[in-house]
Amino acid sequence: MSLPNIETLFTALNADLSRYLAEQSIQNPLFVGIRTGGVWVAERLQHSLALQGDLGVLDISFHRDDFSYIGLHPEVKGSELPESIEDRHIILVDDVIMSGRTIRAAMNELFDFGRPASISLVCLLDVGRRELPIQPDLCGAVLSLQEGQHVKLTGPSPLALTLA
Amino acid sequence: MSLDPCKVQLTADGRLKHFLTTEGLSKELLTEILDTADSFISTQERDVKKVPLLRGKTVVNLFFENSTRTRATFELAAKRLSADILNLDIARSSASKGETLMDTLWNLEAMYSDMFVVRHGDSGAAHFIAEQVTPHVAIINAGDGRHAHPTQAMLDMLTIRRHKGGIEGKIVAIVGDILHSRVARSQIHALRTLGAAEVRVIGPGTLLPHNIENLGCNVFYRMEEGLKDCDVVIMLRLQKERMQSALLPSESEFFKLYGLTEDKLRLAKPDAIVMHPGPINRGVEIDSTVADGAQSVILNQVSYGIAVRMAVMAMAMSGQQQEKNERNGEGA
Amino acid sequence: MSSLAILNARLLDPSAQLDSTQNLLVENGRIAAIGALIPAHVVEHIDAQGQWLIPGLIDLGANLGSAGNIPSEAKAALQGGFTHVCALPDASPVLDNAALVQAWVEKAAKAGQAKVLPLGALTQGLVGEQLASMVGLMETGCVALSNARAPFKNSYVLRRVMEYAATYGIPIFIAPDDASLSGAGCMHEGKVATRLGLTGVPRSAETIALSQALLLIQQTGVRAHISQISCARSLQLLQRAREDGIAVTADTPLANLIYTDEDVVGFNSQFNVRPVLRSEVDRQALLAAVNEGELAISSNHRPHDVAAKKATFADAQPGMSMFDGFLPMALTLVAKGELKLAALLNALSALPAQVLGMTHGLKVGNEFSAVLYQPDAVHRYRRSELASKGRNSPLAGQTLQGEVKAAFVAGERVF
Repeated sequence: MSLPNIETLFTALNADLSRYLAEQSIQNPLFVGIRTGGVWVAERLQHSLALQGDLGVLDISFHRDDFSYIGLHPEVKGSELPESIEDRHIILVDDVIMSGRTIRAAMNELFDFGRPASISLVCLLDVGRRELPIQPDLCGAVLSLQEGQHVKLTGPSPLALTLA
Repeated sequence: MSLDPCKVQLTADGRLKHFLTTEGLSKELLTEILDTADSFISTQERDVKKVPLLRGKTVVNLFFENSTRTRATFELAAKRLSADILNLDIARSSASKGETLMDTLWNLEAMYSDMFVVRHGDSGAAHFIAEQVTPHVAIINAGDGRHAHPTQAMLDMLTIRRHKGGIEGKIVAIVGDILHSRVARSQIHALRTLGAAEVRVIGPGTLLPHNIENLGCNVFYRMEEGLKDCDVVIMLRLQKERMQSALLPSESEFFKLYGLTEDKLRLAKPDAIVMHPGPINRGVEIDSTVADGAQSVILNQVSYGIAVRMAVMAMAMSGQQQEKNERNGEGA
Repeated sequence: MSSLAILNARLLDPSAQLDSTQNLLVENGRIAAIGALIPAHVVEHIDAQGQWLIPGLIDLGANLGSAGNIPSEAKAALQGGFTHVCALPDASPVLDNAALVQAWVEKAAKAGQAKVLPLGALTQGLVGEQLASMVGLMETGCVALSNARAPFKNSYVLRRVMEYAATYGIPIFIAPDDASLSGAGCMHEGKVATRLGLTGVPRSAETIALSQALLLIQQTGVRAHISQISCARSLQLLQRAREDGIAVTADTPLANLIYTDEDVVGFNSQFNVRPVLRSEVDRQALLAAVNEGELAISSNHRPHDVAAKKATFADAQPGMSMFDGFLPMALTLVAKGELKLAALLNALSALPAQVLGMTHGLKVGNEFSAVLYQPDAVHRYRRSELASKGRNSPLAGQTLQGEVKAAFVAGERVF
């Protein structure tokens, strides 16, 4: 199978996100990207939509559910949220959604910071294989991979999708 | 046969599984501890300070020597990692009734804890416990005799890194009772590994250990020489008992020769920082104006202490977990 | 007692200038002949092909712990190569009265293993203040009196102790240690102690006490032997004393010839001993002195159970169990080229015999106390199979080459 063209994905996603924000009447969204791929996607989206404000970065290492299996990830970089998230509309961005556990950890971590007004999930790719009932609100493309295959976003520039 | 205390604390692939001493740990590993601690500092500034990393794990504070402060920071660190914590003040219980250390350990193991934080008056105690305890229990050394106090040394390293941009190339002076100081030994090892340009120890002959240069530092008997151009000045606490054991004549003479005053501090670089592991004896090792002055980072040290302890506890628990998985994997 | 012939053994006794493979005849507990021909009437033969026959080792200082331990420890000593063991008085209870010594002598005779020679205490309770009943102790069977490393209250007491002993020609063993300097030290004061944060015993704790003892020995004229020295500097002091005409002998524990303070790596409580293990410089000086024939070797055997060593370093009981595998362990120094065989054997039998005023050695007419040693045998020292009650043997779990195969005490074959 072949990977979708990344520029095509972004064009579609930009348009969808723009419409979504208007429909939801979200005026001052806070973009929060999940390290590392989600941060690149979030940066790109925020830039394309010409939206102001700093980008939030989430490192979900401390909220993963597999500490008992694999221990602490050796390269924890920490999370940085630019301001209080109280009552904000958060656009949570990740590059690829698969089992849904990363998003679960991200949401748990966000709630350690405060109480947002809403969280909307935007993903570049959805490769299925969900293990939790979590679905993106907006998605660039849905892919079905063969057993053992993984998709990876490399970057930050140029951004490219690779199959592993 | 006892193994090298430095190696006993690492897994086969070099990850931390106990934290007993800074001696023998690689620059990469020490840096990883500092980086992890840095990320925990940010979690401490949030509304919800807890992270769920050690949820479901039991940590036991095993303090054979009294210490309210250190014990409190370890307790706080464990709680912020969402662990269950038990405080055992052995100083007042079984050991004083004559129970041997081994018996105390055997009784405790029945409680299925995942981690012991140990402070003991005998050098090598944490190492001994790490050797004797059942596998997969992590041991964190909160100070053993005069041998090591690795978490204190690491929070001191973090302080230097945050306030001076790094340890590489810095001249660091440690002043005071080096002979009885486990903190000083751990600091010297960490400073050397992390690339300090020079480590100096300053004190009277009675308070400097035999052959201390062998650990990689230069010895000075006078502050006037030792403090010249230092980037960091670490003052050690002087205990009152030293005046009673024919080691020092009086506090006033000690302060005159080794107390840090504004005048003496001027000998160091203008942007030098002043540190102290605490608790400070004002007017004995350090002048109040200096302790409360602009160059002092003493209060910051305390706040970094929790983050550093969270980091080593998480890393050690992680290493134990990996070793446990490998062992189970082999058995399967 | 009948006759016994030992055939084809390598007879090794440097003090008798003996190193050759010959037959040896024992009659009535004494060496009757050394040579090729054995008379026909001799019924009992031992073919000792490939084995060495050496004079039994004599231990100038071992701590047996208590009278109850005599059977096991005397047996372990014999298997380690010792036919005679001087038992230090710091037992439970302290050997400071004739009745206790009598009990020990009887117990040792009954055990019938290595000959146990009690060393009585110099002061009551080894507290270092009041004289013990020295004459009574000697008359009951002590071969000498010792301080067992316990300090004397002050120089005055030490002077009087020596003067009293000198009056009756009683030989004394002094293990020099200045308690105010050794303090709470548990290892050699040096680089390793600094790194490990352990309190050290400076060399001056031994050399100052030794100087004090030597000067008083000169003043009082007492017959003295210096026990368990560990420092190169102490050897210099002894040399100077001999040059000054003070006739004094000395010994060092085997452990101090093999191990140094570097062996304490990892806080291994096995190496918590007194006298402490010093630096390589000291070890080399001790080896040289043994090679020169100026220094005897003792076992400094001190058995402990497992619990005694299963503690933090400073908290562990000091001492090593040395009897199991003693002779093979000592011979590793010869194998490594650090000691000459003749010097080692002299240091372990001829010199101690001189100190004790004993006639000893493979000479016609001497009482036959010897051991047969198989140099190519291999033995694994399993903790559960050690002969001594002590579990603190440095050889536990190890395999060594060489083994004592038979031992004879006063003409009797004991094993």
